[in-house]
Amino acid sequence: MERRGAAIAIDGLRKEYASAGGVTVAIDNVDLKIAPGEFVCIVGPSGCGKSTLLRILAGLETQSGGVLSVEAAGWAVQNAMVFQESGLFPWMTVETNVGFGLMTRGVARSEIDARVDGALKLVGLTKFRRHYPHQLSGGMRQRGAIARAFVTDPAILLMDEPFAALDAQNRAILQAELVRIWEETRKTVVYITHSIDEALMLGDRTVIMTAHPGRIKRIVDVPFARPRDVMALSGTPEFGALKLDIWRVLEEEVMRAREEFDL
Amino acid sequence: MTRAAKFADKLLYLVSPALLLGLWQALLMMGYGDRRFIPAPTDIFWRFISVVSTGELEQHVAVTLWRTFAGYFIGAIPGIAVGLLMAMFRPVRIFFDPLIAMLFPIPKVALMPLLLLAFGFGDASKIALVATGVFFPVVVNTYAGAANIDRIYWDVAKNYGASQWIVFSRIVLFGAMPMIFAGLRIALAVAFIVLIASEFVATKTGLGFLIWNSWQLMEVDFMFAGIVTIGLLGLIFSVVFDWIEKRAVPWKLRDRG
Repeated sequence: MERRGAAIAIDGLRKEYASAGGVTVAIDNVDLKIAPGEFVCIVGPSGCGKSTLLRILAGLETQSGGVLSVEAAGWAVQNAMVFQESGLFPWMTVETNVGFGLMTRGVARSEIDARVDGALKLVGLTKFRRHYPHQLSGGMRQRGAIARAFVTDPAILLMDEPFAALDAQNRAILQAELVRIWEETRKTVVYITHSIDEALMLGDRTVIMTAHPGRIKRIVDVPFARPRDVMALSGTPEFGALKLDIWRVLEEEVMRAREEFDL
Repeated sequence: MTRAAKFADKLLYLVSPALLLGLWQALLMMGYGDRRFIPAPTDIFWRFISVVSTGELEQHVAVTLWRTFAGYFIGAIPGIAVGLLMAMFRPVRIFFDPLIAMLFPIPKVALMPLLLLAFGFGDASKIALVATGVFFPVVVNTYAGAANIDRIYWDVAKNYGASQWIVFSRIVLFGAMPMIFAGLRIALAVAFIVLIASEFVATKTGLGFLIWNSWQLMEVDFMFAGIVTIGLLGLIFSVVFDWIEKRAVPWKLRDRG
C-alpha cells in the first residue's frame, strides 16, 4: 500500500491572546478534518488567523481551547514547516541548513550526508551546497527551505506563504516543482496562501477563512485531476469559474474586515 | 573592486598619518615649539630604535601584553557566556540586569585601589582590572546580539526539534557572533586604556610605567616612544582582529572591501 501522510482532526480549536484592550480572539471554533496525504490550502484576508492555525499545528503555539489530534503512526517526524522568509540560518552553509532537522534528532553523520545529497538533488541545489544563504537568490533560498523540510521525511508539511516573496516566474517554477515532489511523496500538506490561484493550482481542497475572529467560512473541493500541469490548468474555464466563486466569498470577508477597521 | 581601486584605497589610508607626521616635523624644524618638550617624529624614531636595540622597550611591551591578554580572556569568555545565557533564560537576565546597569558606568580605573587591596601590587591586580573593563562591553554586546536574533530562527529551531544545547551552540552563539565581535573590538580598546592608566601607579613595569616614568624624568622622547608603541600595537591588533573576524564570521556580507 502506498505510504501516505498523517491524518489531522481539528475540533473546536480556539486561540486567544491577551492584548491591551483585553482579549483578542485570533481563531475561534475551527473544525477541520484532513485526510492522509491530502493537500489542503487555506486562504483568507490578513488577520484571519491562518498563520496562527499553522503555528499551532507546528507546535510553535498552544491552543487556548479545542482539540488537535494528529495520526502519524510510523513516521519519525510529525511535521516540518517551510516559513515565508526561508528562515535558513545565515551562518550555516546550504548543506548544513538542509541537514539541520536530522542533526537535531541525532541521525548518524553518514545517513545525514546521504539524505542531504538526495534532498539537494530533489530541489536542484547540489551545486550550491557549500554556499551561504546570502549568496543565493530568493528562489534558491526557498528551495533550500523546502529541502530542509523534506529531508526530515515529515508526515505533515506545513507551508506559510512560502512563495509570497518571490517573483512571478520563480513562483510558477517552484509551485510546479512542489506539486511534482508532493505527488511522489504523498505527504499531508497544509499550505497557507493569500492567492486563490495558488490554492486552486496546488490543493485538493481550499479552506476559506473569515477574519476577526478567524473562523472557517467555507471549504471548497478542487476537482482538477492529477498529475496536474499547473500552468495549463490556470488557463481553463473551469479554473476561472471556481476562482470567481471563491473570490465572491472572500470579497465579502475583505469588505467586512475593512468596514471594521476603516471608519 | 578592481585591483587599482584597492591600491588607491590603501594609499589613501596612509595619507592622514603621513600628513600629521609631516606637519609636526615641519613646524618643529621651522622653530615653532621647543624640541626638548615636544620632540620631532625623527627624534622619537631614533629614540625608539635605540630602546628597541637595548631590549628595554620589549620588556615593557611583553609585560603589558601579558596583562592585556590574561585580563582580556578572563573578562571576555564569561562576558560571552553570561550574555548568551541572559538572552536564552529570563531569570538569568533579571538576575544580571541590575548588576550590569549599576557597574557598567563606573570608570574601571576607579576600582584600582580596591583591586590593589584585593590582589596586591603584582600582575594580578592589573589583570583583574582589565578583566572587569572587558567584561561589560562584551556582555552587553553579546546580549544585544543574541536578543535581537530574528524570531524566525527560534521558530525554526523549535519546529525542527533542536534541544536547548543545540539552540545555544548552533543558533544563539552564531546569531550573536557579529555583535560579539563588535563587543570584543571595543573591549580591546578598553583593555589598553585601563591597563596603561593602572600602570601609571604601583608598578615598575609595563608601557604605562614607561610613559609615566619618562615624563617624571623629563625624557620626553622616550615617553613618546612609549605612546607610539601603544599606537602600533593597536594597529597590529586591529589587523589581526579583522583577519580572525573574517574567518569566524564567514557568512557576513563581505562587500566592505
